Amino acid sequence: MNRPIRTVSLFCLALFLALMINATYLQFWRAGALDDDPRNQRVQQASYSSERGAILVGRTPVAESVPSDDRYEFQRRYPAPLMYAPLTGYFTFGNATGLESAQNSVLSGEDPRFFVRNLVDLVSNEQQSGGSVELTIDAKAQRAAYEGLSALGDGVEGSVVALEPSTGKVLAMVSLPTFDPNDLASHDFGAVDDTYADLLDDPGDPLLNRAVQTRIAPGSTFKLVTAAAALESGKYDSADSLVPGGATFQLPQTSGDSGVVDNEGRACGTDEITFRQAMEQSCNTTFAQLAIEVGAEKMLEQAEKFGFNADYLEDFPGQARSVYPSQVNPPQLGQTGFGQFEVQATPLQMAMVAASIANDGVVMRPYVVSEVQSPDYDAETADPEELSEAVDPQAADVLTELMVSTVDDGTASPAAIPNVAVAGKTGTAQRGVPGEPPYAWFVSFAPATDSRVAVAVMIEEAPGQEIAGGRLGGPIAKAVMEAIIS
Amino acid sequence: MTTSSTLMGFVHRRRRGAELFLLVLALAVGVGGYAAVGVGVEGKVPADIIGYGGWLAALIVAAHIVIRLVAPYADPVLLPLVATLNGLGLAVIHRIDLGYAARGRETSFAQQQLVWMTLGVVLFVAALVVLRDHRVLARFTYTIGFGAIILLMLPLLPFFEPINGARIWIQLGGLSFQPGEVAKVMLVVAFAGYLVLHRDALALAGRRLLFVDLPRGRDLGPILAMWLVSLGILVFQRDLGSSLLFFGLFLVMLYVATERPGWIVVGGTLFLGGALAAWKTLGHVQDRVDIWLHPFEYYRNAQPPFSDQIVEAQFGFGWGGLIGRGFGEGDPTRVTYAESDFIMAAIGEELGLTAVIAVLLCYGLIVERALRVALISRDSFGKLMATGLASIFAVQVFVVIGGVTRLIPLTGLTTPFLSYGGSSLVANWVIIALLLRISDQARRPVPDLSADEEESDDESTQVIKL
Repeated sequence: MNRPIRTVSLFCLALFLALMINATYLQFWRAGALDDDPRNQRVQQASYSSERGAILVGRTPVAESVPSDDRYEFQRRYPAPLMYAPLTGYFTFGNATGLESAQNSVLSGEDPRFFVRNLVDLVSNEQQSGGSVELTIDAKAQRAAYEGLSALGDGVEGSVVALEPSTGKVLAMVSLPTFDPNDLASHDFGAVDDTYADLLDDPGDPLLNRAVQTRIAPGSTFKLVTAAAALESGKYDSADSLVPGGATFQLPQTSGDSGVVDNEGRACGTDEITFRQAMEQSCNTTFAQLAIEVGAEKMLEQAEKFGFNADYLEDFPGQARSVYPSQVNPPQLGQTGFGQFEVQATPLQMAMVAASIANDGVVMRPYVVSEVQSPDYDAETADPEELSEAVDPQAADVLTELMVSTVDDGTASPAAIPNVAVAGKTGTAQRGVPGEPPYAWFVSFAPATDSRVAVAVMIEEAPGQEIAGGRLGGPIAKAVMEAIIS
Repeated sequence: MTTSSTLMGFVHRRRRGAELFLLVLALAVGVGGYAAVGVGVEGKVPADIIGYGGWLAALIVAAHIVIRLVAPYADPVLLPLVATLNGLGLAVIHRIDLGYAARGRETSFAQQQLVWMTLGVVLFVAALVVLRDHRVLARFTYTIGFGAIILLMLPLLPFFEPINGARIWIQLGGLSFQPGEVAKVMLVVAFAGYLVLHRDALALAGRRLLFVDLPRGRDLGPILAMWLVSLGILVFQRDLGSSLLFFGLFLVMLYVATERPGWIVVGGTLFLGGALAAWKTLGHVQDRVDIWLHPFEYYRNAQPPFSDQIVEAQFGFGWGGLIGRGFGEGDPTRVTYAESDFIMAAIGEELGLTAVIAVLLCYGLIVERALRVALISRDSFGKLMATGLASIFAVQVFVVIGGVTRLIPLTGLTTPFLSYGGSSLVANWVIIALLLRISDQARRPVPDLSADEEESDDESTQVIKL
């Protein structure tokens, strides 16, 4: 009987080999795919119950994990929820936004950079803990921006972005209306669902980070781009160069009132005026004509050098592309010259325009994470990165001069700071819907030489206020700049 | 066999010291695992570690001493393997108790399992002490076979409730018992006794068809009867696993007894035919196969069939990866019945592929040792019994672990020695006792009869009055 017993042995060996091969396939080769299944509650629960790293502004956490008594072991807490919600986003079971999402691999500790440490944790049976993320945000500037924008009253919808021109660091990023991420991080999932539904239903869209996700017509602030294109064309070289002016300008290929560009009563001469005056008085007639002079191709090229039609924000999710249209006819081209027609920009984009003028024409890649810290406090600092050269340094100087004049003697005067040369430009953009109030814009930087901060303020809605870029946006920009400079 | 081993003058060593050393390692796994569960889940070594460890050690040492006394030549590896698996199983069941407690469900599976293990060891000892020669069992072939059938049919009596759709339990005063677990051991004995007697008839008569020797029609009786019993279990008790197990067992033993692959062909055809018919006609079999093929499509279904158990197990295995999450770091209680049928998923999740392979190796070694016993056994009955016990073990491990890891459709069977479940644990301890008894007989040196023979030549023949 031994021969069949040996056969049976071989058969049993085959059975066990099949089991081992299958187990190896399941736990080694297929494990990754199983972990990636969105329905895999284990992965979600583990990420939810682990000690996540903090999101820091300076040394102060704006998001941190504190021990909790329930089965999830840790509770995510946001000490300054409303002010920082657009940045931090929220972290709830199975979902995260903002930096909680973009920096998840660091915060959860799964980043490959922590590999060695995680191995040590594994061997010593310690629970894996997350690394921290330090932001480029300046707490004072952020507070100034948040308080300034909030002061416009209930129901205000808008955003403030401040950049450090020489590096691209985001110094402030505020978006209103905002929300309390603590409500969404609660372990009472029923309440979280209700809160989330309410936030989605809110007409003010509080979950939207307007600083990077909302793009609207930039209006007169876009004249900086048109001016840059005009200077780069070589036809004009100083603030005193004569540019086309006039009280009205009939767009090419049009007839009648709808094709007439005017200046809403501001003094823009009759035929030719200085570049300085055109900028100070924000002359639509001038910039419409400049855009047509430069041509659609050069305008597009100039806008794209500043970052339009591109993705550049790499360490923060959801950046909307600012748009300069690639197909325009001559009357539309004229309208784009003062930031209308299909030109659309995010507040971040307009802050980048101001910042690159302040930085001798060099556009720096904006970033919000300045440092990644491992759980052992090994730090890795982010390096500034040059994105492009928007204009040459001479043109940047001329643009700066134009903007300083605009603050000193023109429409941007609300942003003036005593004893500091401030460069600024207002914008009041039409929505294109009759009867609706316009959008208010304000961009500025200070000091004019070796500038340390560039700001863009955008106000979509401010119930009960008369919308005007300079009057509404100027003081906010001023407060933010003062917070950095002083 | 007898002649060859004496001719070569080879005598097996007892190796009881080696067994004791291996038992210490097995205890380290069991007690260490229990401590690791406490540290991992609750952050401290369990308070009752001394009592628990002492009890476990006492059981194992008792088994060892009994082997020294009544089966000194028994295989030295089997008991340590079993002790390892049982100890690991207890630790993991304790872990799952704690997991259920965290979810607000009070269970004490580990304590009950320890009680069952004690009963298992008691029966193990009793079997070794009472049964000094396994061939005695051959006398009771038909009694045992009849008893097995009775046990199998017991749960079908109307006053026993089906659990989870399967009629395989009987309830006696609060305790649930699966008579099928005991019946499988009895069936092995009965098959072995029957086949030893009838193997010649089954082996030699028959006709040749397409290179395969097919048995005679009249010899097909038993195999058809067994096939019907298996189908009956499948249809009436809705127990796919046991059905497969019993029929597979019978086929393997038939093949070993007759040395004719023809039986495998006939039996395999019957099995495939039966399985196909069951799949065509029985809804629950179809569901099992569908869930096996596309588990993720049925995950979190609003109405049956559900695949949550198998999918959660899959996620658990994947989550465990190569070295596992560690005790307390996984979530094994997401899988329903993690303490019994799906205990391998809990091991895979918290101890990883490493432990899964280690457990499979333990099982493989048990089967290997059992088949080795079959090879060296000196009598056909012992050979058949050892082969049967080895096969039942191998097939059961394959069916349940294969089902849990989605190699084959899922069928309800316990994982020997690991799963929570009294009947299975007790029955498996008895299986090991039987194997040790056969191996003791096989490895024991042949009594030196030569001197006696010479003496007897000198003596005059005694006449005994009848």
